[in-house]
Amino acid sequence: MIYLAVATRTFRRYSTYRGATLAGAFTNSVFGVIYSFAYLALWEQRPDAGGYDAVDAVTFVWLGQALLMTVALWGGGTTDDLAERIRTGDIAVDLYRPVNLVGWYLAGDLGRAAYHLATRGLAPTLVGLALFDIAMPDSLANALAFALSIPLAVTVSFALRFLTSCTAFWLLDASGPRVLSGTLAIFFSGLMLPLVLFPGWLGELAHALPWAAMVQVPNDLWLGQGRSPLGALAFQAGWAAVLLGCCAVTLQAATRKVVVQGG
Amino acid sequence: MDALIEARGLERTFDVRRRTGGGRRRAEVVRAVHDLDLSVASGEMVGYIGPNGAGKSTTIKMFTGILVPTDGSLRVAGLEPSRQRRELARRIGVVFGQRSALWWDLPLRDSFELLAKLYRIPEATFRANLSRFTELLDLGEQLDTPVRQLSLGQRMRGDITAALLHEPEILFLDEPTIGLDVVSKGRLREFLRSLNAEHGTTLMLTTHDLQDIEALCDRVVVIDHGTKVYDGSLAALRARGGSHRTLVVDLVDVAPAIEIPGATVQRVEGPRQWLTFPGEASAAPLVAAVAANYEVADLSILEPAIEDVIRELYAR
Amino acid sequence: MAEQIAGRAAPLTDPVRHYLDIAGLWVRAAWVYPASFLMLIVGSMVISGLDFVGLWIMFSTIDTLGGFGLAEIALLYGASGIGIGVADTLIGSVERIGVYVRTGRLDQMLTKPVPLLVQVCADQFTLRRLGRITQASVVFAWAAAYVDWTPSRVAVAVLMAISSTVIFFGLFVGFSCIQFWTTDSAEFANAFTYGGNTITQYPMTIFPRELTVSLTFVLPIAFVNWYPCLYLLGRDDPFGLPGWLQFCSPVAAAVTLGAALLAWRTGVRHYTSTGS
Repeated sequence: MIYLAVATRTFRRYSTYRGATLAGAFTNSVFGVIYSFAYLALWEQRPDAGGYDAVDAVTFVWLGQALLMTVALWGGGTTDDLAERIRTGDIAVDLYRPVNLVGWYLAGDLGRAAYHLATRGLAPTLVGLALFDIAMPDSLANALAFALSIPLAVTVSFALRFLTSCTAFWLLDASGPRVLSGTLAIFFSGLMLPLVLFPGWLGELAHALPWAAMVQVPNDLWLGQGRSPLGALAFQAGWAAVLLGCCAVTLQAATRKVVVQGG
Repeated sequence: MDALIEARGLERTFDVRRRTGGGRRRAEVVRAVHDLDLSVASGEMVGYIGPNGAGKSTTIKMFTGILVPTDGSLRVAGLEPSRQRRELARRIGVVFGQRSALWWDLPLRDSFELLAKLYRIPEATFRANLSRFTELLDLGEQLDTPVRQLSLGQRMRGDITAALLHEPEILFLDEPTIGLDVVSKGRLREFLRSLNAEHGTTLMLTTHDLQDIEALCDRVVVIDHGTKVYDGSLAALRARGGSHRTLVVDLVDVAPAIEIPGATVQRVEGPRQWLTFPGEASAAPLVAAVAANYEVADLSILEPAIEDVIRELYAR
Repeated sequence: MAEQIAGRAAPLTDPVRHYLDIAGLWVRAAWVYPASFLMLIVGSMVISGLDFVGLWIMFSTIDTLGGFGLAEIALLYGASGIGIGVADTLIGSVERIGVYVRTGRLDQMLTKPVPLLVQVCADQFTLRRLGRITQASVVFAWAAAYVDWTPSRVAVAVLMAISSTVIFFGLFVGFSCIQFWTTDSAEFANAFTYGGNTITQYPMTIFPRELTVSLTFVLPIAFVNWYPCLYLLGRDDPFGLPGWLQFCSPVAAAVTLGAALLAWRTGVRHYTSTGS
């Protein structure tokens, strides 16, 4: 199957960046430690803030760090390749190929995510387990749901990054939208601060936005909080479908532009 | 008079980890440059040639201060390159064929003006040099174009201008004509020749293209596997190497090996045959002989590859 | 006479002049598209604003953190933000030096009569961080209203701003040097630079004592804002460490800078001795 081949090849490509993986895992762990202490201090003042207890909060930190690279929250992944190909004009060749471009890049991104989960997801988690009290999922159903939520989270993130990279078709360079998109992701995914702490309307809005699907929803599944497992997965799948649809539409518009204007 | 470039016993080794089977790595010592003695006087035009991986770029890197020699002594313009890098930078110009010295996203003019500041070139000198080079190298229209949008030939001419604005005594060129079309190559060679003739700029040029050497250099230094194997004129090199040229004949039909005096068949593939003949001989009588005795669809003549010249050099 | 002095001072002023020449070029180039330039700055202000929104949300649920109130934490946040913001603007491409090694651009820079560090720092100079610096300054200014200012406290505050910039500068340069050995480990420095900024946004009291001691005597990140701010806020050291530490930011800055320049020299020597 061609998509499996793409995923495997991308997995292998990322596995050659050993220095980057090691350095990144180290950095993830450092930030994990910093945020753990910050949250412990916060929960000492309000022991049940947002419906979490202190152990939940620290677990949230380490899950977030584990997902950070997997979900490519800051950006990166195969969509960077896409942006580069748009910039150089090579994309014109890809648009004429009889392959679903969205599927192609998604498969690659999932391959990459698998590598990052195995390395930069696992390594900081082990550090967190060694240094702090971490909560475990309280049922097999929750654990399974968490596992399923990860590829869905990657897909939602991918779709948003894909759309951001596509702005390069219309703007001279996509780095502005990319930085903005990354920052919104950090904020609204719950990585900076769990969405359960967001007060009032801001909290309700944040829970409904697609970014919540990237960190908050998987974490809540692990912690047994928030939506029911099925509800959570449905939320992610729903946004994934909607956003992938947007990707397809955008690509069509872009194709028309390239064909008409010659890139 | 002291030589401008004086290298004695120059040595450069690298520690390389090669992968052996089974995913393990083995440490190996690669001698990129070994026991190199080289003296270049002011005003010379030296061609520095050798096969890929022979050590040409490594030598240039040492001469320009980018790489520290492992052993031996080296003085360029009276300075020690790796220790007095910045002082040396004012007296030399360097053009790397593969990598540009210009600022990629900015207009050509901006790069030149910044270089004028960095090299502390007096305003009047800078203006005079800039207008001279833009005219000679035909860059007038490109001055306001971002470097990113220039063609390879224009970028190369921009790089050369950038290297010469501060009137260096020596110009190092590392594969400057690579990727250029024939016309651009010719113009570039003409420019370099006049630079040397009118201003006495010493030129040291590494290249794969023998025609660069033929057009520009009186003196040729051949390096192979890190050591100098020849230092003299090109003509003498050709004669000494006993190099052969190759006549490629495309016959209309498959035929047994062609037999004509003065040439030997090296290879036959279907209707195509490769015949070698001594380099000094003219190809004309051979072509006539082949055409007279066989039905020929097409012919071409191949110059000896530098690797062949050197290999023959070694064999002697 | 003046020329003599200027000539003697050249080794110090030349690098600065070269830096300004190169950086100036980049700024002028960006100013060719003023709309895009301004959008970049406004955008970066908005983005760094989100950073503070997070802090504000935190304080909508609690009154104090680690024994420090919102205004006090805002002082810490602002001071650290200014330091890293200015440092980040000055260091330019040092963070990405691994890319320069890989593409051969570093070789190009070595053939110019300008110190390598100056070239790398000035390369791709951008005012993108201006947004973060502005935001941090606003927060600091707001928190400054809660400080009981005296002449010595003003002096300490000014020294703090300069020292924290120099410390972050040293952290950026020093830890980026690892890329001379492994060109793709750019993220390693982030743990210390952006990590250092994140740690110092919080009062050190939320961390174990050992961490604070390490960040005082091993890697002097605590001097970026913690010690000077203790003096500005008139607080005793919560860990019982000596009070004179609160005046030692300039010392920490000098030490960090020295170590960073040493690491840089070692890295460059390694590069020119082993090639790429």
